[in-house]
Amino acid sequence: MSAVVDEHDHHADDHHDHGPAKGLLRWITTTNHKDIGTLYLLFALAMFFVGGAMAMVIRAELFEPGLQFVDPAFFNSMTTMHALVMVFGAVMPAFVGLANWQIPLMIGAADMALPRMNNMSFWMLVAGVLLLASTLFMEGGAPNGGWTLYPPLVLQPITVGKALPFAIFSVHLLGISSIMGAINIIATIFNMRAPSMKLMDMPLFVWTWLITAFLLIAVMPVFAGAVTMLLTDKFFHTSFFNAAGGGDPVLYEHIFWFFGHPEVYIMILPTFGVASTIIPVFARKPLFGYASMVWATGSIAFLSFIVWAHHMFTVGLPLAGELYFMYATMIIAVPTGVKVFNWTATMWKGAMTFETPMLFSIAFVVLFTMGGFTGLMMSIAPSDFQYHDTYFIVAHFHYTLVPASVFILMAAGYFWLPKWTGHMYNEKIGQLHFWISVVSVNVLFFPQHFLGLAGMPRRIPDYAVQFADWNMISSVGGFIFGVSQLLFLYIVIDTIRGGTGEKVSDEVWEDAAKHSLEWTLPSPLPYHTWTTPPTVVPTEHVLDSH
Amino acid sequence: MNDSVGKKNLKLARMLLLIAVAMFGFGYALVPLYDVLCEWKWIERDRPDDIKKVPEVAYKVDMNREVSVEFMTILNESTPMEFHAEKKQLNVHPGQYYTVNFYAENKTDKEIQARAIASFTPAVISRYFEKIECFCFSEQTFKPREAKTLPMRFVINPDIPEQYKTITLSYTFFDNTEKSVKK
Repeated sequence: MSAVVDEHDHHADDHHDHGPAKGLLRWITTTNHKDIGTLYLLFALAMFFVGGAMAMVIRAELFEPGLQFVDPAFFNSMTTMHALVMVFGAVMPAFVGLANWQIPLMIGAADMALPRMNNMSFWMLVAGVLLLASTLFMEGGAPNGGWTLYPPLVLQPITVGKALPFAIFSVHLLGISSIMGAINIIATIFNMRAPSMKLMDMPLFVWTWLITAFLLIAVMPVFAGAVTMLLTDKFFHTSFFNAAGGGDPVLYEHIFWFFGHPEVYIMILPTFGVASTIIPVFARKPLFGYASMVWATGSIAFLSFIVWAHHMFTVGLPLAGELYFMYATMIIAVPTGVKVFNWTATMWKGAMTFETPMLFSIAFVVLFTMGGFTGLMMSIAPSDFQYHDTYFIVAHFHYTLVPASVFILMAAGYFWLPKWTGHMYNEKIGQLHFWISVVSVNVLFFPQHFLGLAGMPRRIPDYAVQFADWNMISSVGGFIFGVSQLLFLYIVIDTIRGGTGEKVSDEVWEDAAKHSLEWTLPSPLPYHTWTTPPTVVPTEHVLDSH
Repeated sequence: MNDSVGKKNLKLARMLLLIAVAMFGFGYALVPLYDVLCEWKWIERDRPDDIKKVPEVAYKVDMNREVSVEFMTILNESTPMEFHAEKKQLNVHPGQYYTVNFYAENKTDKEIQARAIASFTPAVISRYFEKIECFCFSEQTFKPREAKTLPMRFVINPDIPEQYKTITLSYTFFDNTEKSVKK
């Protein structure tokens, strides 16, 4: 606790600079935004491999038709747990980790606004994920009714085992953790900015996280409420979703997707923010259309609240509902199109170089757009009846999550690791990692479009022989993609331990200091930064709007 | 950080926490809101049976049309009963009244409270399918080993659009003995 006590008991003489506490306890009791950011990122990386291992089980079973390796109930547990671990254990915490590292650096704040709550959100996340993982070892196995936890399926004895209440409490913990994280981020951005930085001067990463944090506060409690209703339906004889007692299972789908649709944007908006940070640096141009980027992010966030039932076109919605949700969903393509246009325009006639972070970012722009197009296809209600619950939707959301969110998280790692550690990563291995990833991810997910259009349903361990060839190709792509991510693990460890040995400059990337504040600080970053706020903030990124 | 920023942070954090708590409440508010919205005329929700009960009125029988009504009987999960309809299928004229008997039996030595829930395919049919008498209007009590004949009297409103030629009506019996039930 020494670091904490020091800061809060002697804040009168806080000018002497003290480094991190010694030993393992530093990581448990730390309130330093950099330490907590590191914890989040390493935890997310570990969960990425855990969730990835589950995906490998899925792809191994689907390599050939018939039942080979696992029994169907365990297969269903794998699809359910893969989703929950990747969403709540990997992608969301990774972005919270980036927020912890980068937001104070980018806005000239000494730390997050509520440092002790920051520590608590991280350890609550760990508790939540461990509770979820513990269900794997319970009688009856982990939850296997799909990550959406639809009743009545998820409440039926055969699918429940003993795991359901543990999974629900785990969702509560994860929810509280991310709400606390979101409150912290909003307070930091509103109250801790350097006095000279106006809201419309903030880097886009900070903007996208501000909006994401509001989404989190608005929808995580709704999800917590929905799963609490499941819990009381199962154990306390309420009838929220129980038809026999006058309830309606369709109501659950409405509540779930009222949370669920903003949730998918919680995972993509910070992705947009990082892409908008990296692309201008390597195009050596200011970001094109800064103000329109901010407004597009806000519009997407607003629209996310009024389109939820496009996940339920086949549930028996009234015609008016089908039409409304179809058109409302299509509108999202407009602000998203603005963003893709702006990234492209930023690169247009730029003096581009193609280091690993830029390669991942360009792949993101291209592949995310493909995921967006399949999303548009599914927004057309009458067509969606064909695509619903097939591998087409699996291909769609994996395109928007893996070569989008995950690629951008990789890009962020390559982009900022040299700044954080003071060591340069190995560019050759980085590029190798990129090229293997970008090829294998398409081999993995592109054939799933064909499988879906041909009618292969999702969440099944076995399939008709007509689907055999594309499944085999998809599995091969999956294994290559999975194994190649070990390269990233190697690079992260190698960079932390010294990397290429090349001493990086404060800017790391050419003229990066024109774009954002963190590059004006020394490399590696000292334990405490911005104890006095910066007086001048870079405005290269907002040139267009001034 | 200085004290005034610390105070501002706490104030903002409290406000945001309040929003989070309010949103938890909003999740629960969606439950009654859902029932209210589903009463809107343009939402064709399959209504609960106890709301759908109608008095018997004389319609002009349309002898030129025949609609096939299929009856399905389902026992949910482990409801320890036997349950079937006296006929699997019936051809009916819109406007004419029919009575179909269902048969249900308690297979245990304990008393059972059970509730039958109806479901229509296509769902839009529920607004033309008028029930005058049905065992699904209320919860049924079965004494140990009791067998009951359960009548269902209905008419298909002659306003039913031409394109509907086959209707499937399924009843699912839920064992409600353990549950507290909204009456």
